[in-house]
Amino acid sequence: MSTPKIEIDRVGQTFRVRSQETGREQDFVALDNVSTTVRAGEFLTIVGPSGCGKSTLLDLISGLTTPTSGEVRINGRRVEGPGTDRGVVFQQYALLPWRTALGNVEFALESATDLGRKERRARARDYLQLVGLEGFENRRPGELSGGMKQRVAIARSLACEPEVLLMDEPFGALDAQTRESLQEELLQIWRRTRTTIVFITHGIDEAVYLGQRVAVMSAHPGRIREELAIPFSAESDDDDVRATAEFAHYRHQIWTLLRHDQQAAADRAEEAAHV
Amino acid sequence: MSDLLQRTAQARPNPRQEAAARIRALGAPRSASAPLGLIGVLGLVLIWEFAPRLGLVDAHFVPPLSQILATWWDLATSGELWKHTSASLLRSGAGFALALVTAIPLGAAIAWYPVVHRLLNPVLELFRNTAALALLPVFVLVLGIGETSKVAIVMFACFFPILLSTISGVRSVDPLLLKSARVFGLSPIETFVKVVLPAAVPTIFTGIRIAGSAAILVLIAAEMIGATAGLGFLINYSQFNFLIPQMYAGILTTSLIGLGVNYGLVATEKHLSAWRG
Ligand SMILES: Nc1ncnc2c1ncn2[C@@H]1O[C@H](COP(=O)(O)OP(=O)(O)OP(=O)(O)O)[C@@H](O)[C@H]1O
Ligand SMILES: [Mg+2]
Repeated sequence: MSTPKIEIDRVGQTFRVRSQETGREQDFVALDNVSTTVRAGEFLTIVGPSGCGKSTLLDLISGLTTPTSGEVRINGRRVEGPGTDRGVVFQQYALLPWRTALGNVEFALESATDLGRKERRARARDYLQLVGLEGFENRRPGELSGGMKQRVAIARSLACEPEVLLMDEPFGALDAQTRESLQEELLQIWRRTRTTIVFITHGIDEAVYLGQRVAVMSAHPGRIREELAIPFSAESDDDDVRATAEFAHYRHQIWTLLRHDQQAAADRAEEAAHV
Repeated sequence: MSDLLQRTAQARPNPRQEAAARIRALGAPRSASAPLGLIGVLGLVLIWEFAPRLGLVDAHFVPPLSQILATWWDLATSGELWKHTSASLLRSGAGFALALVTAIPLGAAIAWYPVVHRLLNPVLELFRNTAALALLPVFVLVLGIGETSKVAIVMFACFFPILLSTISGVRSVDPLLLKSARVFGLSPIETFVKVVLPAAVPTIFTGIRIAGSAAILVLIAAEMIGATAGLGFLINYSQFNFLIPQMYAGILTTSLIGLGVNYGLVATEKHLSAWRG
């Protein structure tokens, strides 16, 4: 068996935080002993309640932060920092507002690749076309809708041709229709490029629809509670997967897992209040 | 579709930006309000012309505008006005430029390195709350009465607006942009040049604009003490020798310069912050 693309090996992350009651510094466990692997070309979605450590986990894979314990490996090599083999798409786009759509894609290519000016421009055009933004190359982010901005951000990450694409609730701020069309396009791009994708979301539907595998996280401390393989998955081109009984089954299963977690958290809070 | 796009694409400024826009609007009135403003200017011209003529004010102290303009024209054609104006512009320009090249790098360093910030912050607070003109005697004492002390005091007056706006501009750079710069593998210098500086430019410019006005304001005052040329000298000298129309001609010139400088800076600022929408 070949080495997995991404290995998350007993990773823990604690933050020093100031306690609200005592005002003293203490450790807060954001991630506790998280392990999983992602195959090359796989589409993994991660779903979990707010604050369970999803973004923290993504920061570790991207190399923006280093774990307190354990390690993350890409192609069997330990992650020491950010690298151009991994692209990140943030929920809030993170585009440079003073550059045009084209300029933003070129921006990524300027340092991530050693292409010349002309080649950069050509490649940036290609990728904007890939995400359906032909004709909008010279607009600044302020002149684009939320969906278009996110397309620029996706084009920018893809243009560096990363082996791994990390996406942190990229469609969270979009309306339902825009979100669905972008989900569809992302799947098409993924099928074409076979990039390994780790996709974080709040939405159970989104997780089941996009993922070949869904990792369900729980909070306090942040853990991967369960991993579900989605057999019909994003592979199929069937438009109506969302309406099938199978889809409903997985959605319900994840909903139940998250629900239990929420219940447990509420019980804990009540217990604490009684003490 | 395109209409919807337009509406949704239109970025609404946050309150701070709206406030900044209002300040900007004051500096350069909208063309729509121009006719009304013209009436205001016309009113001032008429009052200035006829109030002295009708004996409403003492014509010795406030001569009619036409008389002042005639004097101004004489001064301008004789080359006298240019002598004083160029002396003033040179001094304020030098002080302003020196403030630019020192305050922006220092401000960036203070904003970028917390250590530098902690080290210098109390000192800066003290200095920025010290009126530039209050220090004029010190500057004269240390640097003498010549050009150096005048350039220095302009520089001092320009320094702090630019420094403070640079600090706040660099500090308020969206952390997410810095994060994405790291993801794309930018070096710290690249990050500074391509991300931090462009993001800070609009904020820095607010300070530059304030500095532009301060440069002229402070210089005129400084020139009133111990100078042999310059608009401040011209105004003060004229008053001493009871050359009242000439005094007003000098004052008018400083106003026009101030207007021109502000207009130029506002236009540049608008150009550089067009992306703010
Ligand atoms: N730099 C930090 N310092 C202290 N605590 C942090 C830090 N970053 C994250 N945390 C805490 O770690 C926990 C996990 O945060 P994280 O942002 O990963 O959550 P998330 O699952 O992405 O939530 P959301 O779905 O709301 O984005 C939170 O309780 C958060 O307060
Ligand atoms: Mg998050």
